[in-house]
Amino acid sequence: MATTITEYDTIAAISTPPGEGAISIVRLSGENAVQTAETLFKGKDLTKVASHTINYGHILDPDDGQVVDEVMVSVLRAPKTYTREDMVEINCHGGIVPTNRILQLLLGQGARLAEPGEFTKRAFLNGRVDLTQAESVMDLIRAKTDRAMQVAVDQLDGDLRRLITNLRQEILEVLAQVEVNIDYPEYDTDQMTTQMLKEKAEMVLAKVDELLQTASQGKVLREGLATAIVGRPNVGKSSLLNHMLHEDKAIVTDVAGTTRDVLEEYVNVRGVPLKLIDTAGIRDTEDKVEKIGVARSRKAITQADLILLVLDASQPLTPEDLELLDATADKQRIVVLNKQDLPVRMELGDRVDASQIVRTSITTGAGVAALDTKIADLFNDGIENSQTTLMVSNSRQIGLLRQAKVSLQAVLDGIQAGMPIDLVQIDMTAAWDKLGEITGDAAPDELITQLFSQFCLGK
Amino acid sequence: MPEVREYAAADYDVVVVGAGHAGCEAALASARMGNHTLLITISLEMLAFMPCNPSVGGPAKGIVVREIDALGGEMGHNIDKTYIQMRMLNTGKGPAVRALRAQADKAAYHRSMKATIEAEPNLDLRQGLVERLLVEDGVCVGVVAATGAQYRAKSVVLTAGTSSRGKIIIGELMYSSGPNNSLPSIKLSESLEDNGFKLRRFKTGTPPRVVGNSIDFSKTEEQPGDTTPHHFSFMTPDSMYLKDQLSCWMTYTNGTTHDIIRQNLDRAPMFSGVIKGVGPRYCPSIEDKVVRFADKPRHQLFLEPEGRDTDEYYVGDFSTSMPEEVQLKMLHSVAGLEHAELMRPGYAIEYDIIEPWQLTATLETKVVKNLFTAGQMNGTSGYEEAAGQGLIAGINAGLRAQNKPGFTLKRSDAYIGVMIDDLVTKGTNEPYRLLTSRAEYRLILRHDNADLRLTDMGRQLGLIPDARYAQFTAKKAAIVAEKARLENTRLKPKDVADFLEAHHMPALKDGVLASDFLKRPEVTYADLMTIIPAETPVDRYVAEEVEVQIKYAGYIDKEMQSIAKLKRMEAKKIPANIDYEAISGLATEARQKLTKIQPETLAQASRISGVNPADAAILSVYIEQGKIAKVHA
Repeated sequence: MATTITEYDTIAAISTPPGEGAISIVRLSGENAVQTAETLFKGKDLTKVASHTINYGHILDPDDGQVVDEVMVSVLRAPKTYTREDMVEINCHGGIVPTNRILQLLLGQGARLAEPGEFTKRAFLNGRVDLTQAESVMDLIRAKTDRAMQVAVDQLDGDLRRLITNLRQEILEVLAQVEVNIDYPEYDTDQMTTQMLKEKAEMVLAKVDELLQTASQGKVLREGLATAIVGRPNVGKSSLLNHMLHEDKAIVTDVAGTTRDVLEEYVNVRGVPLKLIDTAGIRDTEDKVEKIGVARSRKAITQADLILLVLDASQPLTPEDLELLDATADKQRIVVLNKQDLPVRMELGDRVDASQIVRTSITTGAGVAALDTKIADLFNDGIENSQTTLMVSNSRQIGLLRQAKVSLQAVLDGIQAGMPIDLVQIDMTAAWDKLGEITGDAAPDELITQLFSQFCLGK
Repeated sequence: MPEVREYAAADYDVVVVGAGHAGCEAALASARMGNHTLLITISLEMLAFMPCNPSVGGPAKGIVVREIDALGGEMGHNIDKTYIQMRMLNTGKGPAVRALRAQADKAAYHRSMKATIEAEPNLDLRQGLVERLLVEDGVCVGVVAATGAQYRAKSVVLTAGTSSRGKIIIGELMYSSGPNNSLPSIKLSESLEDNGFKLRRFKTGTPPRVVGNSIDFSKTEEQPGDTTPHHFSFMTPDSMYLKDQLSCWMTYTNGTTHDIIRQNLDRAPMFSGVIKGVGPRYCPSIEDKVVRFADKPRHQLFLEPEGRDTDEYYVGDFSTSMPEEVQLKMLHSVAGLEHAELMRPGYAIEYDIIEPWQLTATLETKVVKNLFTAGQMNGTSGYEEAAGQGLIAGINAGLRAQNKPGFTLKRSDAYIGVMIDDLVTKGTNEPYRLLTSRAEYRLILRHDNADLRLTDMGRQLGLIPDARYAQFTAKKAAIVAEKARLENTRLKPKDVADFLEAHHMPALKDGVLASDFLKRPEVTYADLMTIIPAETPVDRYVAEEVEVQIKYAGYIDKEMQSIAKLKRMEAKKIPANIDYEAISGLATEARQKLTKIQPETLAQASRISGVNPADAAILSVYIEQGKIAKVHA
């Protein structure tokens, strides 16, 4: 139905080599490059800055408004750019995680993941690269596009393919039903109602959301569960950190941001990869005033998937403890009641669910094994509780899923706004096309074939 | 028998062969553009004849009729003069899919079109069976009729319909025939093959006709026409709207009908292997439906009057090629048709088509220059599809005769553009019917805006007379003015308080633009006029257009953006005679398909199945600014 036009899309890719570096660059090219970046950027209005300027600011997640990274953004307007199109280069802090995250957010905003060699191809098509290079550019396109497609298909897990194929089939049946009502209005086929379309869109949206959830689980498997150890000074955070680092000899890596004093350290607890964030902070704040410690903890909390909140059980609850309990209430957390070797004077009441509590004395080692078990259980439960164990892991798939999600949301918005079904259908079709791009299925006349196999029509 | 001697009969600018729905449009367009034109056809009694259903329009097809009218074609006028029932379909849905359908008086439709053609100054009408193309050095220079008459022309349009080696099949009976027992055209197919065309066999069919006064209508459901006036032509005034319309009637097949069909499948040519042509999926015979949808307990049938001066009824959706004896039993098993008297049996017809990928978007053949083909012989089905192509072929034959560049419609311009692009880019494996789902931009290709999309083009081609164009320009201006008024009028909360209260909606806190207020699903343009009446009220067509453009602006904008992208790819022309063998890097399948189809633009190339994005990218590098292409040319 829809024709996919790739020539004038805005494309995005990470253009620095994979792996850990001090700085990574995410690059955009195309008509909407600047607008797309602007939707995520907090700082100057990029659509208004002069060309060839570099601008300081932050990338925010549009879903929750949280800061993803602190960045420098270069705005380069056509024609004096590599591709001769508008380009944006986002310099972010090294590390696969923030860089990938930024790329995925850009894809969610409508950019398309560039095919290998596509920046060069555009440079050529726009007359930048010498014509004599034509033959070699063609070879490059052939080789790289074919390989990229092969890789994309290989990366698509069989179960995931089946799931997406089934989702597409579900949508297709709905689309065919709407079409048959339009093209054969006098036939006694059932009328597809907006209510039915709504239910279908919600169902598919839930599945897409679930898949996007697994995308973050996939990330966890590769990159570790972002874990913050928080608490007032002198409750035993450093001891806990040292215990974890000490217990786990296989530290994956440690990365220091070049401009930020956040330190990440990777440990493995009972097979669960953890990325401990702001370990520098844990060390620093032990001797600083409490206010700074708490403020710093708050920042770590926003970035973490798992919080280890350490409390000194030998002291009554302080206002700072209460503040941290509050701040972590909605997060996945384990409350570590430390210093059990001393007389317990802390009364938690019903502030914390018993399942979240572990009692330890890190200095004596008591309860430490229980803590490790708890961490492992939490992680594994999380995986098992999600209804699917499918993993969506590459940026292309995630980007397309996000775009499908946007279209499905538009379906629901359209129904909400009372739009007629054949208009709402436009967005439903777009979602179907996006899912088709993931699996590479886009047979010609798929819808019409469905129409005539599903319904008995004609004179 | 002595051989027929050929003689030079006459010279024309354009010769159109076949006077079905395609041929009539082609001939009129060519003549109206100032070309001395001949329309030659096997039987003048078959001019603009409807050999199948007595109706025009419906979803997608109805929009095609509007497009034909907007470009200056005839079908819309002609049906507006001769219909016996008019209905607007899909009124409960959005603006994109509303469509008009008329029941035609078959004989009146034929007579009226014949009179129009006879009255056209530049146009000669003649009965004759064309048997051969005159081709010199790959260029068509005329045709030869069975009588020996040679008609030379600067360009030729073929619209042979289903008569090309036509063969009618009714059960075990099979005979050579064109539609409705007319003379078939045998030698023309041979002439096409001799000139290098690739032909294939298609099949279609038609249901039986019965005597109206033998039908017990009390056992059927009445389907009356609309009382609100609607017309196909933008020029038809409401005063012409027909008040005493005839009804259609609906009934159903049942288990007995299906048993009769199943018991006689061995006599059904569709299943006994007699019919080899490919039939359409969307227009299956009743025996096909019963086999494919075995669990469906009944199928709808429509009883449609064939005209005002006849008692003949068309049994819609009952297309069959069963033996006559079985057809009678089948009919008599249906409620209301127990005592129906058969007037004509249903039949299947096999015929030759030209594989349409042998054509360009102007409908000129790539095989023989100055030869254009249109209609059913290009693999389509339906009067409207035929007429739409006929108009385009006629326009282009006319332009060619005047040495002017060709005229094409894009997928984003018209359903006619969608159809022609599908045909020439993908070919077709079954008789092609337009469906709304074939169009990517159906919200743009609406019934109501066909004139806004196409009338300027028709004017440039010389097909829109001054008076009509003045009326069109005035309408366009009125739309712009009224839209601007609504976009600049602010409604205060008190202006709409009564309206909102009457409709049980919460009151406004702040003022709102009238155009934004109109975007609310429960607010219509008519409602808005009770609040802010226009100084001089606009006519209902202007009102409809303003309402659609404002209400659905969000969706329309989305489609317009995607069209803008497509247009840039359409603008990348592929040079003619490009040597795809010389382009390294193309995949073998892409190379073969591109060589076969010879796409005219990069956009068309990318729509060919088997041409993947990498191939399109390589091609785009290759034709970049035409520089490399020149090296190889």
